[in-house]
Amino acid sequence: MFNLLRDEKKRALLIQASGLFLVLAIFGYLFHNTQLNLEKQNIATGFGFFELEAGFDIGEALVEYWSDDTYLKALWVGVLNTLKVSILGNIFAVTLGVLIGLGHLSNNWLVKKLCRSYIEIVRNIPLLLQLFFWYALLTEALPAVKQAMEILPSVYLSNRGLNIPFPVNTANYGFSLFGFIVALIIFFFMERKRDLKQIETGVAKPLWEKLNYTIFLIPILIWALTGASTEFEIPKLVGFNFNGGYTLTPEFTALFVGLVIYTAAFNAEITRAGIQSISKGQWEAAHSLGLSQRDTVKIVILPQALRVMIPPLTSQVLNLTKNSSLAVAIGYPDFVSIANTTMNQTGQAVECVFMIMIVYLTFSLLTSIFMNWFNKKFALVER
Amino acid sequence: MIQSFINDFPKWLKKNLFNTPVNSVISIFILALLWKAIEKIFLWLLVNSVWTGTAATCRQADGFCFPFLFEKVRFIIYGFYPDGQLWRPTLAMLLLFGTLFYSRIPERWTKKLVYTWFGFFTLFFWLMRGGLGLPIVTNDKWGGLPLTLMLATIGIIFSYPLGIVLALLRRSNLKILKTLSVLYIELIRGVPLISVLFMSSVMFPLFLPEGVNFDKLLRAQIAIILFVSAYMAEVIRGGLASIDKGQYEAAHTLGLSYFDTMRLIIVPQAIRIVIPPTVNTAIGMFKDTSLVLIIALFDLLNTTKTALRDPEWLGFSLEAYVFVGLIYFVFCYVMSKYSQGLESEFGMKER
Repeated sequence: MFNLLRDEKKRALLIQASGLFLVLAIFGYLFHNTQLNLEKQNIATGFGFFELEAGFDIGEALVEYWSDDTYLKALWVGVLNTLKVSILGNIFAVTLGVLIGLGHLSNNWLVKKLCRSYIEIVRNIPLLLQLFFWYALLTEALPAVKQAMEILPSVYLSNRGLNIPFPVNTANYGFSLFGFIVALIIFFFMERKRDLKQIETGVAKPLWEKLNYTIFLIPILIWALTGASTEFEIPKLVGFNFNGGYTLTPEFTALFVGLVIYTAAFNAEITRAGIQSISKGQWEAAHSLGLSQRDTVKIVILPQALRVMIPPLTSQVLNLTKNSSLAVAIGYPDFVSIANTTMNQTGQAVECVFMIMIVYLTFSLLTSIFMNWFNKKFALVER
Repeated sequence: MIQSFINDFPKWLKKNLFNTPVNSVISIFILALLWKAIEKIFLWLLVNSVWTGTAATCRQADGFCFPFLFEKVRFIIYGFYPDGQLWRPTLAMLLLFGTLFYSRIPERWTKKLVYTWFGFFTLFFWLMRGGLGLPIVTNDKWGGLPLTLMLATIGIIFSYPLGIVLALLRRSNLKILKTLSVLYIELIRGVPLISVLFMSSVMFPLFLPEGVNFDKLLRAQIAIILFVSAYMAEVIRGGLASIDKGQYEAAHTLGLSYFDTMRLIIVPQAIRIVIPPTVNTAIGMFKDTSLVLIIALFDLLNTTKTALRDPEWLGFSLEAYVFVGLIYFVFCYVMSKYSQGLESEFGMKER
């Protein structure tokens, strides 16, 4: 027995075996209890409830949904709603965060202090409280539908949400948007190729730089070819509600604004730290090589700063996605809130909590994979 | 003094606000915006605000409704705690602040501090719960600020050792235990806190044999500890990774076992390095305790929501949220300043 403990390898094996045994024993015990308890409460395990009729309405959905659809469909609507607020939220949070981070480095004292105060105030108040605040502001402080404020021509703000004009021919604009995204990707690669060529040969081709922008004619061309529709549906007050146009509900708006403002403060700190981590010598060296301010930032500073910024930014992107689950507290029908309703109606607690975890783990994994790929490909090119 | 201010101020303005034409335009724009905002806040908070009266008086005015706060502040801070016993949570919180204030200096982090905290918790729970001469107050009556502070403090204190163990396992050569630790950390970090809290409130009762049950508060506290320990583990792992290999080799040469090497050499150094990020995790956790509202515990945010539901005082959300926001802000701000102070203090010592 003592020999077993003295031999390092055997001892390690023993520790590991007992550790594994302990974990398995605990899990086995919990699993056993759960089975007994479920049996006693007459709850069928498994995902059979997916096919049952959900029977509850969902305030907003990206796909058509009726209350007599199945639970599976309802949960899918939730996944899409989570994706909608996370993707839009992240785009705005990163943009706003970078701007505020740069503002914090500004040589204008007012801009600097303003950005600093923004970061300090927003970071030190719980997100949930901020969401409640925005929701209260949108539902209590705003006028009723009858007295809706017209903040821009044909854009109405009331306690029922924000009503904006929306194109009648949505497919037409959809194609253009798709064209724009494709053009953006192509542009990104062409610019990169031009940069690499310039690094290789040392010859700048300013003409090419301008020509590359012509790629953005694609979406306009698509728009023109598919009918050049300019017709917009204008929201109109009919009775006690707005008809036509697109409505951003107070729930979505509060969640979106809250998440963007909260996460942008963290992104701003990351941006500031990233840029400050670049030594002053890099700026001076780039300037003495005759690079313009724009080229200095683009070729010298940004690629190095991104190296520092991307890992923490990734975790902020994930944080926003995870934090969107707070929607359940203000009534936006995201995945957690629909899973919660499902759980209350069917009593399938184990399955629902399990599903929430799986869905968020999938989001986390996909985002990590994408960001790692991005980091390897663009930011972390060690020379 | 005033003379030099008058002399220097224009120079300062020129240098910091109006150094280029673009900056001048931006400065003027911001000044105008600030003026508007400050005017609005000034009017709302001081000029149009109501100091005495009822909800009806407030509804007629167009400003901050202080009577609402005066009426509800007791409930927001203490929740359902019995009226005659309010000195107990107050004293418990003061004790907590005192203990925290005493613990702020790194030189005092010795074994004695552990006993101090142990003594503090005994007193804290005696005051909150009662017994031994005090009337018993069961924990479904606890609420408000004391509950929030309790969830946060216990969460931090217990998740820390758990985090150290997880971090050590993740860096160890024991393949199986390492895998288990990685799985745990990544699983917890990949899911939102709500799902862990749901687990504690709806799944945890299923895990236990019939007849055995914890109360809701304890379950939420365990969920918070389990959740934060994964984040603590990652913070501590960062500290462990930055310890020089020579330290391990030196300890090995001295004949120290793995356990003693970690206990005496590596972990104390690693912990020191990661104190600032640890405080940041603690701030995050303090804010996250507000999520227990979703599983119907009466923390500071939930008592606020409940106060707002009083039909007599409907519609004063902004007042309540500004007030509670200020409380949260003060705690988090003090913590973050503390972390920055430690950072620069440690930075000085390194040099």
